[in-house]
Amino acid sequence: MPLPKIFQTSTFRFSLVNLLVFGVSMIIPFAFVYSSTVGSIDTETNAAIGAEIRALSEDYERLGHQGLIDEITERANDPTDKDAIYLLADASLKPLAGNLSIWPSETAKNGQWVQFSIDKVGDEDDSAPDTVRAQIFKLPGNELLLIGRDIHERRLVQRRITVALGWALAITLGLGLTGGVLMSRYMLRRVDVITQTSRMIVDGALSRRVPVRGTGDEFDRLAENLNQMLDQIEHLMMSMRTVTDSIAHDLRSPLTHLKGRIELALRGAPDTQSYRQALESAVAETDRILAVFNSLIEMAKAESGVGRTELASLDLGAVAADVVDLYEPVAEERGLTMAASIDSGAVLLGNRQLLAQAIANLVDNAIKYTPSGGTISLSIESEPNFVRLTVGDNGPGVAPADRGRVLERFVRIGHDPAISGSGLGLSLVAAVARLHRATLELGDNNPGLRVTLVFPTAPSAFKPPELWRAEAEIKQKPAVKSAIANT
Amino acid sequence: MRILVIEDDPQTALYLRKGLEEGGYIVDWTADGRDGLFMAASERYDLIVADRMLPGTDGLSIIKMLRSQGIRTPILVLSALGQVDDRVRGLEAGADDYLVKPYAFSELIARVEALLRRGSATAPDTVLRVGDLEMNLLARTVTRGGRAIELKPREFRLLEYLMRHADQVVTRTMLLEAVWDYHFDPQTNVIDVHISRLRQKIDKGFGNALLHTVRGAGYSLRAAS
Repeated sequence: MPLPKIFQTSTFRFSLVNLLVFGVSMIIPFAFVYSSTVGSIDTETNAAIGAEIRALSEDYERLGHQGLIDEITERANDPTDKDAIYLLADASLKPLAGNLSIWPSETAKNGQWVQFSIDKVGDEDDSAPDTVRAQIFKLPGNELLLIGRDIHERRLVQRRITVALGWALAITLGLGLTGGVLMSRYMLRRVDVITQTSRMIVDGALSRRVPVRGTGDEFDRLAENLNQMLDQIEHLMMSMRTVTDSIAHDLRSPLTHLKGRIELALRGAPDTQSYRQALESAVAETDRILAVFNSLIEMAKAESGVGRTELASLDLGAVAADVVDLYEPVAEERGLTMAASIDSGAVLLGNRQLLAQAIANLVDNAIKYTPSGGTISLSIESEPNFVRLTVGDNGPGVAPADRGRVLERFVRIGHDPAISGSGLGLSLVAAVARLHRATLELGDNNPGLRVTLVFPTAPSAFKPPELWRAEAEIKQKPAVKSAIANT
Repeated sequence: MRILVIEDDPQTALYLRKGLEEGGYIVDWTADGRDGLFMAASERYDLIVADRMLPGTDGLSIIKMLRSQGIRTPILVLSALGQVDDRVRGLEAGADDYLVKPYAFSELIARVEALLRRGSATAPDTVLRVGDLEMNLLARTVTRGGRAIELKPREFRLLEYLMRHADQVVTRTMLLEAVWDYHFDPQTNVIDVHISRLRQKIDKGFGNALLHTVRGAGYSLRAAS
């Protein structure tokens, strides 16, 4: 993975900011530790020197000049306190007593603090000069007293603490930075997997899915949602493809038929009357093709589920009543009784045009297949969570074995040439049922066919998309009879 | 009567021009939406027939522009998009009628005539008259030769539509759209049955028939000349 890419990620930037905040909050306790160790060492040294000056000046007052010299000599030679530095000098800075051979400073003001390097008398451990911090004290007899401490050891301790604190800070920041980089790399890798998958899908591998780790974390949830969306898209693509394929297939034969008819007329005798007849039948044939084409388009729309966004709240009873109103005269003319029983308040989410067409197709079929004297029944029953639409007739019915098949396109049972039809009527009903997530069942009306559609009305009763998809897949496999009826 | 045809496909345009000119109309044709907009704005046309999908510009945006310029010429949109929502979008843009391709020429002519007549309609009528047939829209009564005719609500709407389009050819699809608000063709010719029922009520027992069948096209309500 190229490093610059990491720097571009928001995860990296986020961990950098995090590191900065973390670093600042580390520096504050570190500064406290520093001042209470390194700083207090200097304060302690100063306090020790001040105490000694007070003690010696008291000795001077009490014991006089020689007493002070004795005291200084004694203290300077004390083996238990090697760090103590003493020097008594006269007014011309000539050493009188103590463990320094020369006056270390050029000035000699009372109370002045000085710092200098010495090679201490009797110091055998190292050749490097030691640092001394000292204070000068002017005695009443114009003699100068210098009292100091070898702070070499303390300086070393101070340095060690400073270095240790510095390292601790550096390690903390380094670990934080490394952690940030590793974390952003990890995140980036998981995002990259999603990016790669979508890239492959864009390039045509539609069945690719984002791998799910099974940890249920945010990335998994994102992947699951993406996969669900992709499933839906693939399903839509598949059904669109199936429909376009079948349109190409289904229109080929009637078009070939039409072409044959025209060619036949052209080959015949050039006579206006027969041309006219051929043209008229060609127009009739074209109308039939257009009707098939329109049905296929309608079905494709219902099938794809795209129309779901256009569903509006409507009263199925009113839609059915309109269809009854449209077909009643036709039924009456054919000697059929139309018995409608419509509950009020059968409100559901639907597409009025498609529902009306589906009901019209059912009633149309019932009228076509029922012999004179029969009854066409249509009922709308409104239940708490669903609406049941039933259309029954007294026709020949459909044998249980054929019930799955008649829902397919262009399948007609019985082949009665007296009854016209494209064989698309029930397939459209099935497609409209799917669009409305309704179940479609073909049953026996004893005698005749009874078609029942159950529409969910409560939003919770709407089947989740998975179920809906499964249903659509079953429909695509003709081997499963009455698949829709059973679900 | 002058008709402006905005259609980019020359074949379709030729077919349209030929058919409309045979119907006695003067037809101007342009393949370009922008030219069409300019022509419609600068010259007086009685009707505009516009394709829904034109190269470069959308037919609907042309309609919107025309309407925003205050041009109220009736517009018939021809479209290969037949979904209900496409139709609604077309009408919302300011089109007066929407015809889905492919269509029968008789259907187009019937709709063109209906639109041209509508353009000349004045104040809303309260009474419609065709020959001795009279419809009172307020009292919702129908009489012929002074004799009252009982009609069911749907038959009333069917007759009202026919009377408003008297002397014109009205197709089955137009009736399905106007009276039932259905934008699909039922497999059985249900409209024929409704018309024959209506005919029973308004023509039976009267010497001259008002409701005529126009073969291959539809129906026409007209008083004997």
